[in-house]
Amino acid sequence: MNITLVRAGRWITDHLILFIALLVLLYLFLPIFVVVLMSFDDTADLSYQFSGFTWSNWSDPCSPFGMCDALTTSLQIGLLATIGATALGTLMAFALVRHRFRGRGLANVGIFLPMASPEIVMGSSLLALFVSAGFSGQLGFATILVAHVLFSLSFVVVTVKARLVGLDGRLEQAAMDLYANEWQTFWRVTFPLVFPGILGAALLAFSLSFDDYIVTSFTAGQTETFPLFVWGSARREIPPQINVIGTAMFLISVLLVVALELWRRRGRRAAGA
Amino acid sequence: MAARSGGDDLRLESVTKQFGPFTAVDNLTLTVPAGSFFALLGPSGCGKTTTLRMVAGLEDPTVGDIYLGQERITSLRPYKRPVNTVFQSYALFPHLSVEDNVAFGLKRRGRKDVNAEVERMLELVELAGFAKRRPAQLSGGQQQRVALARALINSPQVLLLDEPLGALDLKLRRQMQIELKSIQTEVGLTFVHVTHDQEEAMTMADTVAVMHAGLIEQKGAPADLYDNPATTFVANFLGQSNLVEGEIRRAEGDELEVDVQGMTIRVPAERARVHSGKVWVGVRPEKVVVHSEAAATDATNSLPRGRVIDVSFSGVSTQYLVRMPWGQELTVFEQNTGSRPLLHVGDEVDLRWRPEHTFLLDAAQDASAGVQDALVGT
Amino acid sequence: MTTLTRTPGDETAEDPGTPGGRGRWTGYLLLLPGALWLVLFFAVPIGSLVSTSLYDPTGTLETGYRFAFDVGNYIDAISTYAPEFGRSLLYAGLATIFALLLGYPLAYAISFKAGRWKNLLLVLVIAPFFTSFLIRTLSWKLILADQGWVVDSLKFLHVPLSNGRLLDTPVAVITGLTYNFLPFMVLPLYASLEKIDHRLIEAAGDLYASPFQGFRKVTLPLSMPGVVAGTLLTFIPAAGDFINKELLGSPQQSMIGNRIQGLFESGSYPAASALSVTLMVLIVVMVIAYIRRAGTEDLL
Repeated sequence: MNITLVRAGRWITDHLILFIALLVLLYLFLPIFVVVLMSFDDTADLSYQFSGFTWSNWSDPCSPFGMCDALTTSLQIGLLATIGATALGTLMAFALVRHRFRGRGLANVGIFLPMASPEIVMGSSLLALFVSAGFSGQLGFATILVAHVLFSLSFVVVTVKARLVGLDGRLEQAAMDLYANEWQTFWRVTFPLVFPGILGAALLAFSLSFDDYIVTSFTAGQTETFPLFVWGSARREIPPQINVIGTAMFLISVLLVVALELWRRRGRRAAGA
Repeated sequence: MAARSGGDDLRLESVTKQFGPFTAVDNLTLTVPAGSFFALLGPSGCGKTTTLRMVAGLEDPTVGDIYLGQERITSLRPYKRPVNTVFQSYALFPHLSVEDNVAFGLKRRGRKDVNAEVERMLELVELAGFAKRRPAQLSGGQQQRVALARALINSPQVLLLDEPLGALDLKLRRQMQIELKSIQTEVGLTFVHVTHDQEEAMTMADTVAVMHAGLIEQKGAPADLYDNPATTFVANFLGQSNLVEGEIRRAEGDELEVDVQGMTIRVPAERARVHSGKVWVGVRPEKVVVHSEAAATDATNSLPRGRVIDVSFSGVSTQYLVRMPWGQELTVFEQNTGSRPLLHVGDEVDLRWRPEHTFLLDAAQDASAGVQDALVGT
Repeated sequence: MTTLTRTPGDETAEDPGTPGGRGRWTGYLLLLPGALWLVLFFAVPIGSLVSTSLYDPTGTLETGYRFAFDVGNYIDAISTYAPEFGRSLLYAGLATIFALLLGYPLAYAISFKAGRWKNLLLVLVIAPFFTSFLIRTLSWKLILADQGWVVDSLKFLHVPLSNGRLLDTPVAVITGLTYNFLPFMVLPLYASLEKIDHRLIEAAGDLYASPFQGFRKVTLPLSMPGVVAGTLLTFIPAAGDFINKELLGSPQQSMIGNRIQGLFESGSYPAASALSVTLMVLIVVMVIAYIRRAGTEDLL
């Protein structure tokens, strides 16, 4: 009978962890449920109460004034910032991992600093820069873009670096041993193997850019991005279409991840796994 | 690039490689005849892998030159040399299938239609049907064979193998040793095989070079190296040796007389590396006859009055540890032919052996050189 | 994975040239565009921020600003806004602790117990991120609303609430902070836990350790790099945050971020800059001290 007690105790502790984990996951998803639910809310201004079910928010997502413009702006900035940050960051990652030069340690610390600075500091200092350079009247798309590339850069470097460090240098030696010159080695061996890291970094950069509020608010001037729009509406009335966009973002990303995973699995199956 | 067999000799001339203050390879001069199976044998850190990498072009010599036939390849980039490597870690491209891995070298040289050759090569290494798999889905032994196929398919003038069998278990290793040797004989390419396993080197190679601390201690056919080692390192690293201190008393004619603890040991002159002064008298444990009664009349060298202090039975043979009157412990291997019972601890024995099994080494050398490395290497 | 010995024959010499060679100049060249961007848009602005913080505090957008090397700005900033600093650090600290308490079991479960579902669970952890940060925080506003079911349940259980509300209280702000940065805690923890060789835990069991002791003596210490990374990645953004307060709190919960933003909006650039620089220095100092003490080198 002592055994059963011990066994029961162990069952509880074993499953306790799982139980807690599941609770935490539910906690993570609680707001998402609310977002999805409220996207069907039949009201002009979101509140805690569900007024009624409607499809109209989904069928007419762009009705709130300025929302879809803001969305478009965010998408454009996101795309450009991703390209810029990924390109610059990948180059830097290669420099830091593959090349020996003086000041490498310093460069590593320097790249870490933007990640450690509060966004407020980054935003306000950029504003101060633009103002003192005389651009105070021209804050807008370009300045937002500059800021977004800036804060994404460090994350790209860290992500690509992590992937690059795990890349076995002997593979490139093997390629050269097998008649591939430096350029061919890079394109046929190095790049394909680093690519998942670069892709991950690009996705990270995009999501950082698309979702940013604080830095953008300092450098946007009159231009409105989607987060800025949401913030503004939080002070006025919150159109349920915001949750439509939120839900759409969620669904698209989940679909993307699932698609990537399926593509990866299919690649493996073709190899006769 | 290169025709199949009938290729050129590989020559290293005064090749030295230094990493800062550390000399990895010290003034190495070596010729590997075309079409031979050459083993570079030594403990880890002796410079053998560095030498291999210099031949492959993955490392530049500090001093010296490397020639393939008449062509000086010292400063050629790896992808310009008709030399391929089978890496110790296999270095298979994880993002490519087996057939893409194997075809890699051919494709880089501009060949388009390679499927038939790839198939043939995969059959040669007994991996037909694995063409579409990824390296991650293969076992260690299979990966090793892909690495071999990938290098072989380019018919290089020299194939370099960097401890390719190190990660395999014993049985698989033995099997691969035989296969590698037969492949080499079949294709007739020059193989340079780097290893720390002395048994592997001796069974596979036509020529073995023993390397230690950047230098080649001795080079020759495995039997020659084993029978007549030139240094204490080779004597201890290849197999085991008994080394006893002695002093040369007489060196006339074709036989030397050496004084060992008052006994006279006779050594044919050609088996002595020095001809005067203090020496190490060496004899292999399996050459020593220890049984008290039936004394082989040819075994005229004798060290009497030893006492057996350990008996290790290992099926095929028995190893005796015998303590001599002056305190040194000598080793004797005796094959268990079953014609005589085993000795016991405490038995008094005389050690006898034939003079032509003796070898003489300079006493200035360290008698323990190569012992520890040999143990680690197995 | 936890090999303690070097296998013989490990003679790895230098790698040969990679594309472009291992040279210093290629390194500098690759580094240059990104470095320029960072210098121009990060280092210079921070410098500019520092210099702005030393301006004459009486300047405004209309009258212009004068450089006065007025360290008084800092003294004013720290003395006037000490409560906000303290509150920011407190809220961020609490949020970090809660995130750790909630995140560790989750990361542990995914790493040790999930088996086939590992990848799916990881995706589920990151998935909420795919919705806008602001939208999610707004959701919390709805969830914690005065007549919402959460508040109702708490009232039913006679849990004391200030003014009978959850919104506009520190609880709401901290809840928001914890929630928003939870994935930042879970992912590094997971990465660290994944690296642990399970045979070590088996060895502990073999040496008479109970499962809990095995956890305390083996798993927990080995997961410390993840804990350090996670707490840093959570604390730093949380300390400088002002969104959660704006959406979920009241002026009584003002964090330093809110003050800075307010001052910038009103044009008091010198004061705002001084506050910003102080905040940054504070955080960097704490981070360095924390890293030193926790002793992880490969954070970068």
